[in-house]
Amino acid sequence: MYARREHAGSYSDDKILGSCALFGMMNLTCERFSSKEPVHAISCMRERGNGLGGGFAIYGIYPDLADLYAFHVMYMDPLSRRRAEKNLMRDFRILLSEEIPTKESNEFLDPPTFWRYFLEPKPSKLRDENVSSDEYVVRRVMGINTGVRGAYVISSGKDMGVFKGIGFPEDIADFFRLNEYRGYMWICHARFPTNTPGWWGGAHPFSILDWSVAHNGELSSYGVNRRYLEMEGYGCAMKTDTEVLAYALDLLARRHNIPIELIAKVFAPPYWEEIDAMKPKERLTFAALRRVYGSLMMNGPFSIIAARHGEMIGLTDRKKLRPLIGGMRGDFLYISSEESAIRSISPSLDKVVRPYGGEIIVGRLRDLRVMETPTLVGRVYA
Amino acid sequence: MRRYLLPEYIVERDDLKCTRCKICVEQCTYGVHNYNAIKNMIESRSELCVDCLRCVLFCPVNAITVRRNPNVYKENYHWTYEFITSIKRQADTGSALLSGMGCDKQNLTYWDKLLLNACQVTNPPIDPIREPIEIRTYLGGKPKMLEFEFNDEDITLGTKLGPCLCAETPILFAAMSYGALNLNVHEALARAAVDCGTYFNCGEGGLHPSLYKYSDHTIVQVASGRFGVDLKYLSVGAAIEIKIGQGAKPGIGGHLPGEKVSDDIAMVRMIPAGTDAISPAPHHDIYSIEDLRQLIYALKETVEYTKPVAVKIAAVHNSAAIASGIVRAGADIIVLDGVRGATGAAPKAIRDNVGIPIELAVASVDQRLRDEGVRDEVSLIASGGIRSSADVVKAVALGADAVYIGTAALIAMGCTLCQKCYTGKCPWGIATTDPEISKRLNPEDAYKRVVNLVKAWSIEIKEMLGAMGMDAIESLRGNREQLRGVGLTDRELEILGVKMAGE
Ligand code: SF4
Ligand code: SF4
Repeated sequence: MYARREHAGSYSDDKILGSCALFGMMNLTCERFSSKEPVHAISCMRERGNGLGGGFAIYGIYPDLADLYAFHVMYMDPLSRRRAEKNLMRDFRILLSEEIPTKESNEFLDPPTFWRYFLEPKPSKLRDENVSSDEYVVRRVMGINTGVRGAYVISSGKDMGVFKGIGFPEDIADFFRLNEYRGYMWICHARFPTNTPGWWGGAHPFSILDWSVAHNGELSSYGVNRRYLEMEGYGCAMKTDTEVLAYALDLLARRHNIPIELIAKVFAPPYWEEIDAMKPKERLTFAALRRVYGSLMMNGPFSIIAARHGEMIGLTDRKKLRPLIGGMRGDFLYISSEESAIRSISPSLDKVVRPYGGEIIVGRLRDLRVMETPTLVGRVYA
Repeated sequence: MRRYLLPEYIVERDDLKCTRCKICVEQCTYGVHNYNAIKNMIESRSELCVDCLRCVLFCPVNAITVRRNPNVYKENYHWTYEFITSIKRQADTGSALLSGMGCDKQNLTYWDKLLLNACQVTNPPIDPIREPIEIRTYLGGKPKMLEFEFNDEDITLGTKLGPCLCAETPILFAAMSYGALNLNVHEALARAAVDCGTYFNCGEGGLHPSLYKYSDHTIVQVASGRFGVDLKYLSVGAAIEIKIGQGAKPGIGGHLPGEKVSDDIAMVRMIPAGTDAISPAPHHDIYSIEDLRQLIYALKETVEYTKPVAVKIAAVHNSAAIASGIVRAGADIIVLDGVRGATGAAPKAIRDNVGIPIELAVASVDQRLRDEGVRDEVSLIASGGIRSSADVVKAVALGADAVYIGTAALIAMGCTLCQKCYTGKCPWGIATTDPEISKRLNPEDAYKRVVNLVKAWSIEIKEMLGAMGMDAIESLRGNREQLRGVGLTDRELEILGVKMAGE
């Protein structure tokens, strides 16, 4: 499964650099655009990846089927597909299923196969379980990922999809023929895996429903994050810490209905010293967030770009141990590990945002304001 | 009857060094040293010595040595010195053997078989001298989720959180009662709690009125004897702890003999002076989990839900199931006291043989509460034989929110672990209520030593957290990824929920 060994360079030293590259690009008026710019930008940061993982989450790619859940499923072998499809047919009405078109290529040794399904929960099943269809989908995804050997649902949102694998991002883009897709928001990742084996399912972005996360860093708190999420019914099957970020976002945003600015404060909370100095109302809020969701604090170096429909955020740990920068030009918001990547596609920018540790960059559709200092509870955009 | 007991220790004096100052004579509360005026010599009755080392440390010319009696019974792995001595002592007295402090047996300590992680390359360790590392710990019940009210641009927290304790370090002082200890010790602990921003537990003997000024940092205990419990006592503390059992003597009550119940202790305990203060083994109003629920809510009602209520149990075989019952009964904090937990007096047979190691208890309780999805709704305090900051860090990584220390705080004050607390003659002025001996413990001095200990441990905790790449203790709580085991069986690793070193 190892790909493109020559890019690692036989003369490069063995030093393990814990780095990855993130790039996110969003058109704030929902204008869809091609893979050209995002792929160019992420491949600009080749230095930060090592060819052991690259991936994309693209929003707005299936406008004609936007009401249906789009499952992208990775199959390690034909048997796993038969097993997973049995589950899918039992639980969903499948309106369309097809193999995701890929380019014949000898770059990859034995890649898994990728299928996509457009589906909706069977109404009778939904009634029996008495949960929202989103919750129903999450449960079924967990069921396949932790219960069906060799099958992994890599994305499950509507009108969006994840494409990822082992390789440099530009090779992955080629492999999945991403030049045939258009989306209004692209989240891109180049991976330099250190802790977990390089495997197709371990590439980023990680996704559940329409949340997707690309992550650079290592979470020392992974052990407790995972145990907390398991308590809430999220099974972690992908052998990597990034998965917990996606599930934590789903739990907090969807099930607990917490606004993204406050979720950022769960992941990278203010220090107690800062909380103690806040005005009473804020103090109460931030102390409560830390007390109740302390197990979801993401501790250790990280920068992330996360997105769901209509929203893209960038965030680093509170000590800013990983780089992150934002930029704007016209209707476009860019978030990137390195400024050079942004400049490579947009040499001039209207605005550059360099957030402090724990500060969130938020971009919302038709909302050109970019939030820089969201320590104020009172500033959340609809 | 002639006693057949070997003297345990031999007290030797370098007569050339000895200046006949008689300090040792004054300091030994067991009457070992006596001055013989005719010979102008100090003579020592070794058979009375308990190895408290008071005289050794106080001799100005370092003339005294106490060492184990080299005369031993013939070597026998089965009939060890301890068993032979115990039998001979019981044959002499016909009574149950008492002992003080905690179980001192080998092979019950898992802390030493657990190792911590540290960052290398892929994530940077954090330097506590230059960067903030937070060890503040909130203890109390919590809701499962928060709700917010949205009003245009404004967000308001809709959920009201229950009362809680806020400790600036995950180290609290364990319950030790007035009566078992004297007021000087209580005062030292209370002041240390204030200084360190943590809490002292006054134990089951009530709280002396002179300590009410520290009550913001006091946890008041309600035990089966109900000593000193009235509305004022319950209202004054920062939290209330119901003591069901303690690690040193699970299933056993307590007994403070009448001769130790001075006027002051009688006043605080609300019993007549000179009467025995007996804590029954069970609470006679708690024979089941429903009864416990009633007491928890009776106490909550009494203080109008303004204080968290803790329930302390000894770690026993089915702690995990009991703990889950305690959460459902409405407790905000669970205290688990392991087999190493100490006491002023306990039957030796119980102390050394009843209960389970705290490491296993914390691991299984934490896991059980997670399996039931309620772990984050309560706080868990581990207690019983915590010896160092590393023990604290490992306890938190296994799943505790905080720890109680008792023995360690007393050692900081001077205790040498001679295990004779039950005699009431503690030469260090700690486990004694004798007014003269109690004066040996200067509360000012003792308080500073305890503060120093907690400060030192807190620094070390931050160092270890920083090395693991974490800057807040909540990221360590239950984070067993940060632990590895050595020299443990698969089953032990499984119960502890940790991987083998090298994995
Ligand atoms: S009991 Fe303590 S003070 Fe007395 S002789 Fe022994 S060591 Fe010294
Ligand atoms: S408290 Fe006193 S009597 Fe008890 S072990 Fe310590 S020194 Fe000995």
